[in-house]
Amino acid sequence: MTVADVIVQRRAKPFVALRLWSVLGLMIAACAAAPFLGMPQFVQAMVIEILVFSLLALSLNVLLGYTGLVSFGHAAFFGIAGYAVGVIGIHISTDILVTFPLAVLVATICAVPIGWLSIRLSGFYFLMITFAFAQMVFVVAFRWKPVTGGSDGMIVPGATLFGAPILGSRESFYFFVLAVFTVCAALLYAIVTSRFGRTLVGIRESTPRMWALGYNVRRYKLAAFVVGATFAGVAGALNSLFNLFIAPESVNWTQSALVLVMVLIGGAGCFVGPIIGATIVLLLQQWLSSYTEYWGLVLGILFIVLITGAREGIAGLVMQGWSYLRGKGP
Amino acid sequence: MHRNFTVLDFLVAQTLNGLVYSMLLFLLALGLSLTFGMLRVINLAHGAFYLMGAYFGLTAWNLTHSFWAAILVATAGAAIVGMLLERSWLQRFYVRNELDQVILTFGFALVFDDIMKMLWGKDIQSIPLPLLLSGAVQIAGTYFPAYRLILVGVGVALFVATWLAIERTRTGALIRASVADRVMVSGLGFDIRLLFTYVFGFGTAIAGLAGVMGAPITGIYPGLDFEVLITTLIVVVIGGLGNISGAFWAALLIGLAETYGKALYPAAASFIIFGLMAAVLLIRAWGRDEEDVE
Amino acid sequence: MTAAVRTSRVSKSYGAFVALKDIDLSVEPGERRAIIGPNGAGKSTLFSIIAGQKPPTSGSIFINGADMTRARPDELWAMGLARTFQRNQLFQNLTVWENVELACAAHHRGLFKSVSRDALDDEIGGILERVNLLGSYDVRVANMAYGEQRQLELALALAGRPKILLLDEPTAGMSPTETQAMLRMMIALPREITILIVEHDMDVVFSLADRVMVLNLGKVLADGTVREIQSNKTVSEVYMGKAL
Repeated sequence: MTVADVIVQRRAKPFVALRLWSVLGLMIAACAAAPFLGMPQFVQAMVIEILVFSLLALSLNVLLGYTGLVSFGHAAFFGIAGYAVGVIGIHISTDILVTFPLAVLVATICAVPIGWLSIRLSGFYFLMITFAFAQMVFVVAFRWKPVTGGSDGMIVPGATLFGAPILGSRESFYFFVLAVFTVCAALLYAIVTSRFGRTLVGIRESTPRMWALGYNVRRYKLAAFVVGATFAGVAGALNSLFNLFIAPESVNWTQSALVLVMVLIGGAGCFVGPIIGATIVLLLQQWLSSYTEYWGLVLGILFIVLITGAREGIAGLVMQGWSYLRGKGP
Repeated sequence: MHRNFTVLDFLVAQTLNGLVYSMLLFLLALGLSLTFGMLRVINLAHGAFYLMGAYFGLTAWNLTHSFWAAILVATAGAAIVGMLLERSWLQRFYVRNELDQVILTFGFALVFDDIMKMLWGKDIQSIPLPLLLSGAVQIAGTYFPAYRLILVGVGVALFVATWLAIERTRTGALIRASVADRVMVSGLGFDIRLLFTYVFGFGTAIAGLAGVMGAPITGIYPGLDFEVLITTLIVVVIGGLGNISGAFWAALLIGLAETYGKALYPAAASFIIFGLMAAVLLIRAWGRDEEDVE
Repeated sequence: MTAAVRTSRVSKSYGAFVALKDIDLSVEPGERRAIIGPNGAGKSTLFSIIAGQKPPTSGSIFINGADMTRARPDELWAMGLARTFQRNQLFQNLTVWENVELACAAHHRGLFKSVSRDALDDEIGGILERVNLLGSYDVRVANMAYGEQRQLELALALAGRPKILLLDEPTAGMSPTETQAMLRMMIALPREITILIVEHDMDVVFSLADRVMVLNLGKVLADGTVREIQSNKTVSEVYMGKAL
């Protein structure tokens, strides 16, 4: 076999991205068509929530699945942007062209110092410091009543565009979220499959090797952290604009834990894993809350079963089943 | 006897409260730190054992009206559940990475939390103190609640006892050796797995003990397990994972800081505590920065 | 001529324990230099210090004349230094090709350095061919034999077209056949590359090295050509009857 043979062989492989995006594209198209086919209001609300949290989970996976950074404070950026939307709306302008980008920018800016400090640690200590920073944000949200409304939460003014209110109806917001989600998912995909994304994977696999190969690992980790935080901010801004309300709970460790669950259940090793995870967790939450209040028990059992038997999450199980069916073996 | 409330009274009361809280934190931190130091496992279900002990004690007290029975049942119960957990599940996870262990134990924490809610309900409960311990002791002209003094005494005694056991006995040497090199020790022919189970059980036992002894002061309610877990994690991180005297001094620091913080600056208290943890983590990281590049 | 690698009175202590004391090592450009010594001699420590993983307690390290004492590994790489690890540090879940790709891509970062897909592929293919791993290009590293993983470890270091190559016990854990293959590969490396190797296998050392430094208990026991070391009585005593 010559080098040329190998290169030809490699290029002949089925284009993974095509398969993934045809499936995703189909789902997005289905979501876009659904309202015209008589989708009930509460289902629309459900889908909006799923899209928002899918984006949040995707953003966490940039850190977790691709870079190997297990953050327990990701909700901080979700909440910071969420609160920023409200604060900017109240004090500066409710124009969505102002609130949305600015809120995301605030989350990004906050991520720089937090990330710069946090990435100097790894493993359990990284978990703890991201947790610490997130809780500090939580305390600010909880206690700084004049600005954040404290434990009562804050009412977020509705979005406007050049003075006129927009996104007032659930349907219009539905399409807005769908559009933003599609753009962000595409962006994230481009990022993680780029050379930058492959560098992150290298860092996950062997950080000392990456240093020895000449990569400034710290800079890449910081970049991953900020990218993740930015998209979490987008999700947070969407969430605030939808609910027209935000409370400190959005920044609490319970929220960070929830996102973590979503990523792990869906599968951190696969791009769409977080989307699957977010969908399952939210649907489960919705379904179960009408039957029992012991949501924690279910979540806990899910965790235990997952980590014991299905380490790669649902996506992992699907992929194992797929290669098994195609005769490749486990 | 009636005296005007002075700054001294305030300081004394807060310090004592702080010390009591510190001792409870130490009992929790000791178990968590030992478990990590020896088993290299971070047990996020540790807070659940605190609450479990309190509930076991509550039931025991309801049945027997004996505080001593409550303590016994709580400690033993927490130990048994802990050892069962270790034997049945945790052992398989010693070879897995930290994240997997964190997820597993967190899952168990959630499960325990809800099971306790199911069995004991959601109301705030408490265990009343026996007459023998509910009095006040007079020292240097001030009255101190006897029970709180006893709690502090128990904490210090356990610190000294555990420290001596680990530093001076053969089992302690074994434990220290296992912390340093687990594979080596198991090669020496000791049943290392049994030792691990006992150490884990010891950790959960004193968590349960802390729970039942703290119950008359903190009360018993769902969610308490995660509250104490968070503070315990902070103590353990600051004191150093696996470091027993570190856990003691860190518990003192955090216990007093949080008590004084809540009394003086309630809004900023948690902020300061979390900030402390972040600061300690970063200072240590900078020290290590000088060393290996990770 | 400036030495490629030079350490000046490098010492390393961990609290009261002295791992290295006043090590003066010099490696001329193009030279094959070996560091040997019994277990606990401090070879790995010295290696880590030169490779930028640990800072020395005192002393300096010069790479091509520049003071790189506290440099990070990536800074050393930029100076043309590459290293292998004693315990394989490979990207276990990636394929052989993807491993080398990451190594090669390191050269082509930055706006003005990007390279075409074809050129990169040719480069990667070439490296794999040189280390006889082209056939396994699609194999997941975790599924490879240990010997092959060691070969890949070397390939990753060579991918950077280094001027100075640090090899950390490259034949550790290998069978005699594998060791011979690795040795042939190392001998075949162009003389433009300066090699500093830490090794336990004496046959490898004496077949490859020009000069050898012997460490014992953190200090330099002997330093000279292969012949000088082979006839050094103290060295053979230290190795306790091992036939040199």
